[in-house]
Amino acid sequence: MRVRPWRVLLYICLCGLALFYLMPVYVVFSTSFKTMQEVSQTSVWQLPATLNWASYKEALAKLGQGLINSTRLAVPATILSAFLGSMNGYVLSKWKFRGADTLFALLLFGMFIPYQSILIPMVRFLQSIHLYGSIGGLVVVHVVYGIPMTTLLFRNYYTSIPTELVEAGKIDGCSLLGIYRHIMLPISAPGFVVVMIWQFTSIWNEFLFAVTVTNNPASQPATVSLQGLAGGLVAQWHVQMAGALLTALPTLLVYILLGNYFVQGLLAGSLKG
Amino acid sequence: MTSRQKERLTSFLLLLPSIILIGVFVYGFIGWTVYVSMSKWRGMVPDYTFVGLRNYATLFSLHRFRVGVKNNIIFTALFIPSSILLGFFLAFLLDQKVKFEGFFRNVFLFPMALSFVITGTIWAWIFNPQAGLNVLLKKMGLEFLQSGWITDPRVALYSVVIAATWQMSGFTMAMYLAGIRGIPLELREAARVDGATEWQLYQKVIIPLLHPITVSAVVVLGHISLKIFDLIFVMTGGGPAMATDVPGVYMFMATFRQDLFNRGAAIGTIMLLMVAVVIVPYLIYSMRTEVER
Repeated sequence: MRVRPWRVLLYICLCGLALFYLMPVYVVFSTSFKTMQEVSQTSVWQLPATLNWASYKEALAKLGQGLINSTRLAVPATILSAFLGSMNGYVLSKWKFRGADTLFALLLFGMFIPYQSILIPMVRFLQSIHLYGSIGGLVVVHVVYGIPMTTLLFRNYYTSIPTELVEAGKIDGCSLLGIYRHIMLPISAPGFVVVMIWQFTSIWNEFLFAVTVTNNPASQPATVSLQGLAGGLVAQWHVQMAGALLTALPTLLVYILLGNYFVQGLLAGSLKG
Repeated sequence: MTSRQKERLTSFLLLLPSIILIGVFVYGFIGWTVYVSMSKWRGMVPDYTFVGLRNYATLFSLHRFRVGVKNNIIFTALFIPSSILLGFFLAFLLDQKVKFEGFFRNVFLFPMALSFVITGTIWAWIFNPQAGLNVLLKKMGLEFLQSGWITDPRVALYSVVIAATWQMSGFTMAMYLAGIRGIPLELREAARVDGATEWQLYQKVIIPLLHPITVSAVVVLGHISLKIFDLIFVMTGGGPAMATDVPGVYMFMATFRQDLFNRGAAIGTIMLLMVAVVIVPYLIYSMRTEVER
């Protein structure tokens, strides 16, 4: 078989770029298995002499609570915002009233705002309802600011479902709610998968709300605890790298197992993908 | 009540919780922030005494804020083109009927599943002048490329751009790849029959058809870039010597570390205006094209 130079160049480019994208993964593994002494004496690129799990133990001790908190935050917030988005998406795609599109655009705007422009009132509001500093407060915040995205994803999803199904339901005497409950919800599973993966990933990864709303380690999500690891007097890079891997694990697993659904959410987020 | 009216009422009632929540938490809170930005509120006790635009005047005279805006513009001007070009190049490579396409695609895209906090933590270590990238460059005989990276005020901002591009270029790749795959095969065949080379095919047919995707990518990357906070906060904290400071970081520090709530609110309002300039036309444009479809 004739080897064309163009194809060789193509694969060289692909492999070189793949190395660039995987380099931080290598760095995480090589550093996290080193001892403190090894970290200070060797470069990032040298592999550890032995597999030393001590940094993972230490990272888990410092991040364990954060990981639990992130789970307690991301799971309920994901479910609630997905459910709200599903109802909104259903109405905004199948029961359009006059001004529905304007309303939708006004909802969508909430997805793009810099949260710095609502942060101060939000903190005051959470303080006034005694949810400041708690996971419950963060759940509220993520549910509310998740509405635009979940609505967008579900509106896209329901738009792709034939309106004849709704018409058939009407003829059978179903009400608006009945059609949602008996016809739309049962076929909404793929929509829910995309939305829930998207929400879980963004809420798990979020930092600005997390660091402003929670003020003590007992209620901090993992991203805040991870950032806190960097704060020590002596930089413990091996512990930080172990912590980075532990924090990345849940969303990384979701990505590896359900990547296609993740990409669907990603593309829909740009409105016209 | 007729059944039609009833349906209209139910549909409205279903939307009502979200309308109220977004109305209060987005629009109400923005109004509240603007109000705070024109007040005397400093310290833990709110003081809503109206002072007009004075806080904005102070803000624009502050060296730190001006430097921050400048940094944010430079960051945006580098981050958008680099993510777009790299993302497009990746999509182009993957479009050449390569083996293990799925593997490569996953490798290029996986950083999107990570938090900016994780990206920042890892890249801060890679950019460590003693143990990181510099060692690798020396081994490759590229000593002239060595630098202090995030510890050097002249280079720090570019270092952050590299980390941000590492994370976000997979996203533009996914957008372009979806766009390229959406182009009818007949169109490509027709061009090939006419004797077009692969390069001409891209230049004359594919790239022009991808313009709407480029617009979307610029807008999405642009609004992320204009409100960037976590990556910079984690990697450099805005330093060294304000070299990577941006309004997103300054807003957080002014409000929650220095208790200058009126200044924080003014910064937040300006950030909103910067993002709105990009987003509002795009939202209108998206809605219009949707109606046409």
